[in-house]
Amino acid sequence: MIFNNTSILAKQIRIHALKMTSNAKASHIGSCLSMAELLAVLYQDILRVKCETPDWEDRDRFILSKGHGAAIYYAVLAEKGFIPKEWLSTYAENDSKLSAHVNSYNIPGIEVSSGSLGHGLPIACGMALAAKASKKNYKIYVLLSDGELDEGSNWESILFAAHHKLSNLTAIVDYNKIQGFGDVKDILNLEPLEDKFKAFGWSAVRIDGHNIQEIHNSLSELPMENDRPTVIIADTIKGKSVSFMEDSLKWHYRSPSSDELKKAISEIEKTQ
Amino acid sequence: MRKTFIDTLCKIAKDNENVWLLSGDLGYSVLEQFSRQFPNRYINTGVAEQNMMGVAAGLSLSGKIVFTYSISNFTVMRCLEQIRNDICYHNLNVNIVGVGGGFTYGSAGYSHHAVEDYGVLMPMPNMSIFVPCDPIETKLCIENAYGFEGPSYIRLEKNCDYTVHDKTPHYSIGNPIRILEGKDATIVSTGGVVNQAMTAAKLLANLDINVSVISLPSVKPIDLKSLAAVLNTPIIITIEEHSEFGGISQLVNKAIIQYQINVNEVVNLCTSDDIIYSIGSQDFIRHKLSMTSEKIKNTIIKLMNS
Repeated sequence: MIFNNTSILAKQIRIHALKMTSNAKASHIGSCLSMAELLAVLYQDILRVKCETPDWEDRDRFILSKGHGAAIYYAVLAEKGFIPKEWLSTYAENDSKLSAHVNSYNIPGIEVSSGSLGHGLPIACGMALAAKASKKNYKIYVLLSDGELDEGSNWESILFAAHHKLSNLTAIVDYNKIQGFGDVKDILNLEPLEDKFKAFGWSAVRIDGHNIQEIHNSLSELPMENDRPTVIIADTIKGKSVSFMEDSLKWHYRSPSSDELKKAISEIEKTQ
Repeated sequence: MRKTFIDTLCKIAKDNENVWLLSGDLGYSVLEQFSRQFPNRYINTGVAEQNMMGVAAGLSLSGKIVFTYSISNFTVMRCLEQIRNDICYHNLNVNIVGVGGGFTYGSAGYSHHAVEDYGVLMPMPNMSIFVPCDPIETKLCIENAYGFEGPSYIRLEKNCDYTVHDKTPHYSIGNPIRILEGKDATIVSTGGVVNQAMTAAKLLANLDINVSVISLPSVKPIDLKSLAAVLNTPIIITIEEHSEFGGISQLVNKAIIQYQINVNEVVNLCTSDDIIYSIGSQDFIRHKLSMTSEKIKNTIIKLMNS
């Protein structure tokens, strides 16, 4: 299967996010770039959502729990027609609708605001429970960061989702290996992460989070096992696709200068 | 109060199949009535309040009306950020029921003394806060919380072997209820301790001292003008099993200042930092805080003679 459009979308939203964070002098570009393919596959190929009726009752629900990745999320919503592209240039500006952490207030297509870590998965559990109770077959997807898994609230939900057999719930971990102050393995090691989820009663799979085919495959046959929630642990690279941003803590905080922006966009445009 | 709560909720849930109840693994001998009648809309979420509030938010975002149940401090403090970000910011129909208000669990120790709960929630956007004083107000508060769009907190005590009101009073959210009217002093109170105020007023009536007793079943929103209108005696006393910070004492004092009410004396009976190590029955701790009927009576006599 060829995913030209998905690949193009990933490039487009990377470029939007770079421009937005540069323009607003905002942080978290590295966290945006690591999940470009994940968002692109979800919005291009997987999620059953309609931009013309964003509140359609039977839509799939997507929650970006790592709310600091807002820029690229707004970008994918703009590319898919949920919000006007003109809004993107207002990102994090005074009186903008688009705050630097995900805001759902008056923004079509966003289910829930986020920004403080560890909130998305519990909400997703509630949505999954409601869907099951109402005998609806839509699915709930929640995208988490790796550092976010330090939050105990997630582990309450991981217990809960397995206990209640929330097979309509899929968590995706953007495992870029870097959190606020350094490497995940040095700050609060998550490994063996797959085994932990499995021990809690989830189905778990580990994929290359930049390989569109692998992402698509993992998201196409859900749930992986009956009566179990699924976690897709996506190995990613922070700052992916911009050589001087890749795997670098400082791009959790820095925003690109105009020269850096030009260089970054040029690199992305050259990628296959 | 717990019995009235669950009776009222079961009636509501019978008429509306979108009403759910979540418990943080508390409510033994109380919630079974609901779980038996509506097993598909009841979940014991375990001892995990952060998840419980997130689940409540997710259910509400999916069109459900959710009540959660736990001990006050656990359901307010442990998951405060979930309440703030997930429930209040999105203005969701989640009604948080906390039992053990004030010193209901006095002998259990400070972990169970709910004396900062509504003060903590007071600044939360869109949040309504109910503090009923007896079963009659409990029913009113649950019905109002259900009928009111947006989140609410309902602070209950435990068992209640008395009623303050003879019959269902006229009540609209945000307004004080005047239970007794007198010209010498006004007691403004909220929650179960209103009953002590009522007993004090009756004792004082035997001495020809006439006291108004005002109950505040909702402390947020509050109609300050209506509150100011009932503060029409030279002595004002507020009584609450709660810190002065975020409490009704601040509301009453604000009303007095804002509406330039002419009073001789204002006394705020509330909890204090030095009471946190006190352990004992609700009556024992109330006595220490001068909130028993006898102590309230003596305070008013002293103020009148000063």
